[in-house]
Amino acid sequence: MRISSVKELDELRREIQDSRDPDRPRITVCGGTGCSATGCKGVAGMLRVGLKSRELEGRVDLSVTGCHGFCECGPIVIVYPQGIFYQRVTPEDVDEIITETIEHGKPVERLLYRDPVTGEKKIHETDIPFYQKQMRLTIGNNTAIDPASISDYLATGGYSALAKVLYGMAPEAVIEEIKRSGLRGRGGGGFPTGVKWESTRNAPGDIKYVICNADEGDPGAYMDRSILEGNPHSVLEGMIIGAYAIGSHEGYVYVRNEYPLAVANTATAIQQARELGLLGEDILGSGFSFDIRINRGGGAFVCGESTALMASLEGKPGEPRAKYIHTSEKGLWDMPSNLNNVETWANVPLIINRGSQWYSRIGTESSKGTKVFSLVGKINNTGLVEVPMGITLREIIFDIGGGIPGGRRLKAVQTGGPSGGCIPEALIDLPVDYERLAEVGSMMGSGGMIVMDENTCMVDIARYFTSFLQEESCGKCVPCREGLFRLGEILTDITQGRGRMEDLPIIEDLSEMLKDASLCGLGTTAANPVMSTLNYFRDEYVAHIRDGKCPAGVCRELIAFRIDREKCTGCGVCMKNCPSGAITGEKKQTHVLNTERCTKCGICYDSCRFDAVKKE
Amino acid sequence: MSEKNRSRGEMVTFMLNGARVQADPGSSLLEAIRFYGLDIPTLCYDEGLTPYGACRLCVVEVGSGKREKLVASCVHPVREGLEVRTHSNRVLKTRKMILELLIARCPGSKKLQDMASELELKEIKFRPLNDDCILCGLCVRMCEEQMAARAIGFAGRGRDRYITTPFDMTSEECRKCGACMYICPACELRCQGTGAETVLCSGCINTEPVCASRYDDAMCFMVPCLSCVRTPEDVK
Repeated sequence: MRISSVKELDELRREIQDSRDPDRPRITVCGGTGCSATGCKGVAGMLRVGLKSRELEGRVDLSVTGCHGFCECGPIVIVYPQGIFYQRVTPEDVDEIITETIEHGKPVERLLYRDPVTGEKKIHETDIPFYQKQMRLTIGNNTAIDPASISDYLATGGYSALAKVLYGMAPEAVIEEIKRSGLRGRGGGGFPTGVKWESTRNAPGDIKYVICNADEGDPGAYMDRSILEGNPHSVLEGMIIGAYAIGSHEGYVYVRNEYPLAVANTATAIQQARELGLLGEDILGSGFSFDIRINRGGGAFVCGESTALMASLEGKPGEPRAKYIHTSEKGLWDMPSNLNNVETWANVPLIINRGSQWYSRIGTESSKGTKVFSLVGKINNTGLVEVPMGITLREIIFDIGGGIPGGRRLKAVQTGGPSGGCIPEALIDLPVDYERLAEVGSMMGSGGMIVMDENTCMVDIARYFTSFLQEESCGKCVPCREGLFRLGEILTDITQGRGRMEDLPIIEDLSEMLKDASLCGLGTTAANPVMSTLNYFRDEYVAHIRDGKCPAGVCRELIAFRIDREKCTGCGVCMKNCPSGAITGEKKQTHVLNTERCTKCGICYDSCRFDAVKKE
Repeated sequence: MSEKNRSRGEMVTFMLNGARVQADPGSSLLEAIRFYGLDIPTLCYDEGLTPYGACRLCVVEVGSGKREKLVASCVHPVREGLEVRTHSNRVLKTRKMILELLIARCPGSKKLQDMASELELKEIKFRPLNDDCILCGLCVRMCEEQMAARAIGFAGRGRDRYITTPFDMTSEECRKCGACMYICPACELRCQGTGAETVLCSGCINTEPVCASRYDDAMCFMVPCLSCVRTPEDVK
């Protein structure tokens, strides 16, 4: 069926909405990245079998949706119409859910979320502190939509922004609206989206391209993945609107092949949109034509950089080129091209539907709207969070993230992915916006947020990210290829006890050169982890070099284990577990650790229940 | 080159080290700067090939105030009103650091050693490796653009990047013309002159640094520099 007018679209939407009974029981299982890892497939399978065996199949709907965000508590199951939120559901719990909740309408107490502070049980998603401070504009609909169903997207008002644009707004008006909204690129650069669109529109040339950057490669980040997996139509709708505004008829989604579900769901979405006439020739009968193709990336981190991405799209090695002539003038195949990140595209329909005024009221002076962060690391509530710009890091980490596990202290938080800086605990009240983060030596990036506790060695962190970037550098320009290699060499030396005080100024010089002279964004930001840790945690560097100590007890070459004679009860656990036979002692007698044989694996430290093994 | 012909027209005026100069609108900063006789070191650039912007030795400082930044002059187009400084302290420091990194990897290259003398690089702070190729990619472009063979290209990424034939096998495309060797800036062995045992040859350092730090925009560009006599304190 092809829709050829707004009227037909509205009719279809109404038909879908009318056919749905809000009181009809419905079970949704989160099928996002986190929940897949914790076994949501098994839960969904059991639910299907359970409903069938009790002959409830036609009376209860079951859908697997995109990411709900609260990955820490996965797999997540929500039962409607009551909206009961179950967490950490296992296939064994399914029977009870069907019996208690579906058949008797009562919640299963033990599967409810328990507030760790008050101990209170929470029934609904909205009661959970993790969700309360969030503003889930782009990922919020994930809970209501089966990503493989265009009807679900239409039922939530999908493609109404497209209809509004095609039949009521001139391309210039669309650009003006996006400009007024203050939307800035969510991929990291933070360039004003409307301005980018305008310069692509104004660039000379008949053929123009619209590209969606879904090459999310930061360790621990999965925002774009979750949007594409959970709500691919929102991205497509944004791209079609963008293409109309820019005057483009061809688009690409560049998504990494390591995201098979995102690739599959996007492909399904494109197919469905084409069948309904929302993509392809003569969209909604407006005369405007635009089609999207998927291009799978091979997993190179650098291909997230716009010019490298375009080179890769052309079939060339993914290497950046100088951008003194912008891609909006000469991009893909030397044609004007407009590249935006997944999250940016997903924001577009929202702005069109609810207006730039509404959108620009959210956030700070220079950063508008919301931002999705993937909150990972040493944090209680690991997951995806979407917050208004300008919220403080403290609110994200403590109110939403629930603080640091084990009562340990927060040490730093790294924002912006591998090339972001580490922001120390002292600056935790910093409002999150593009400028503030840059001022303290970090960046918004694509939205990775890695929380570190007091047991994290900042020199080791700098070494880790430098080695990551060194491996992912394309190797084209000398500063990035050689500079990162040498930075990595020096940092490894420091973490292994071979550091010299003279190394610190060399690190600074190298970092400055990287920032100044590298060809692309990977190189220019690559020194952020080193520079920020050296700025805020210089004493740790000095401790490694001068005192030969790793204060956090991480760097193996710089720590030693010993057994506290006072505390050791001679239980023998450490002795039994030691893989190198370095611990000896009689039962109920103080044990002794032979440092010659010790490989510093830390097993004795972790296994001692009497705090008798000391790390220093 | 074609772009140059296309956009030939009115000249572009820009500021070069404080002097108002003009250039062809299609030319790169490097072409324009060299036209005025100033010396900019390059490794991956050749007049007959597409500029690549990889060695970054040709960096110059453009803009002023907050918008001051370094750009690779070989790929940056000349623009009306642009302020360009070719030998500011920041530029010299960056070039030296890049060269230092290159020499640490390929201490046997005469081209690099000569350049070190010219830029008065006095010390290599990194552990020397003994690679040959500096990955400037001149041979790759030569093979493709001038010899129309496309027999060689880059493989690998980052530190593991190297130049090779497809699948590391003998290439049928290669006519063994030797153009790659002809254009290679690194494959000539260094002179083995004074101090050949050390990482930095330094045989040809003959003068003290240019007077960059004394003046902001107006500079002298005599190479080697002979006009100013410096006291030892200046040389830091």
